[in-house]
Amino acid sequence: MAQFSLPKNSQLTEGKTWPRPPGANNLQEFRIYRWNPDDGANPRVDVYQVDRDDCGPMVLDALLWIKAKVDSTLVFRRSCREGICGSCAMNIEGQNALACTMGIDECQDHTKGHAKGKKTGAVRIYPLPHMPVLKDLVPDLTNFFAQHASIEPWLQTETPAPEGEWKQTPEDRAQLDGLYECILCACCTTSCPSYWWNGDRFLGPAALLQAYRWLIDSRDENTGERLDALHDPFRLYRCHTIMNCANTCPKNLNPAKAIAEIKKMMISREV
Amino acid sequence: MVDNRQNTNLTMRTPRSRVKGLGASGHGASHWWLQRLTAASNAPLMVAFVVVIALMAGRPYAEAVALMSHPIVALILILAVISVTLHMRIGMQVIIEDYVHDKGLKIVSLFANNFYAVIVAVSCLYAILRVSLGKLV
Repeated sequence: MAQFSLPKNSQLTEGKTWPRPPGANNLQEFRIYRWNPDDGANPRVDVYQVDRDDCGPMVLDALLWIKAKVDSTLVFRRSCREGICGSCAMNIEGQNALACTMGIDECQDHTKGHAKGKKTGAVRIYPLPHMPVLKDLVPDLTNFFAQHASIEPWLQTETPAPEGEWKQTPEDRAQLDGLYECILCACCTTSCPSYWWNGDRFLGPAALLQAYRWLIDSRDENTGERLDALHDPFRLYRCHTIMNCANTCPKNLNPAKAIAEIKKMMISREV
Repeated sequence: MVDNRQNTNLTMRTPRSRVKGLGASGHGASHWWLQRLTAASNAPLMVAFVVVIALMAGRPYAEAVALMSHPIVALILILAVISVTLHMRIGMQVIIEDYVHDKGLKIVSLFANNFYAVIVAVSCLYAILRVSLGKLV
């Protein structure tokens, strides 16, 4: 059966409560998932107090502040700090997001309705859901990137290459809007329950969005072969239009719609 | 059936090889299409089914049999049974494929699902024919 509870060695334990920064008046609490592959201990949740007057507005600013001023052992991926590299994707207050584009003040907005009276005031940060964890907030995305590679995300043609570029009308180019902007942060794929249960065979929203990006590229000549490679009950049809992908995408893309378009293409080959 | 599920055992297969697995099966579209088709046909057929049941409520047995013997009523019920059991079989298969990962249990569940759907369908069809054609045979 699909595993609905955490295995024993993944169950959370209480972590360390780090000291408050001296002299700070404007504190924000952070509860952050910690796991070290080397110490053999279960994962834990550490509690940090961040001085908001000394720290930028984004969740990534807080993580960098903690790493610089409180606990240098905290591990997370980050690079561009402006929502284009996709490195700092993590689960913030129960929603997958980029730490760099998620404001500390805004990240609890969507949970306020749910957690009436239970709200701790702390910002809870975990790694992307249901992925193997390498350390702290760093998930193992090997399978995710291998799946992206498997849809062959490059232009494929049989016609000899023209001397200049492959040409495309402005209308055909416009077809790629809403698809090419994907930064492969894995927020969508790791928010998808279908991917949680069958991630080894279901390609997931990110890879399928990119598959569609090449399927509708007017310059590509391998559309049929691409559809053949997706025609599978698991690779494509594990999508049950749950729509978490569209809800969570930090770039406001809609992978669910792209997948629905692929399903329509599949049927238009037959009827 | 080979289960190429990613597991935590040590493997030296490349990630690409694991993702490509056994390749695309070349199936799924007609399954998906049939599920939509039966969903669409279920809607009017179930409304008609509820109307037929409501008409029967409180009536004596002879009148209920007379209603069932009407060809249009019998045909609607037969179509409803075919549409619903097809939809049920496909839907349940998807749920089993989603959640049941144990190879043996998965095969047993898929067998049971198919048998169950066929038994339900055939029993209902037999009952409808028996009642509506009862006077003839």
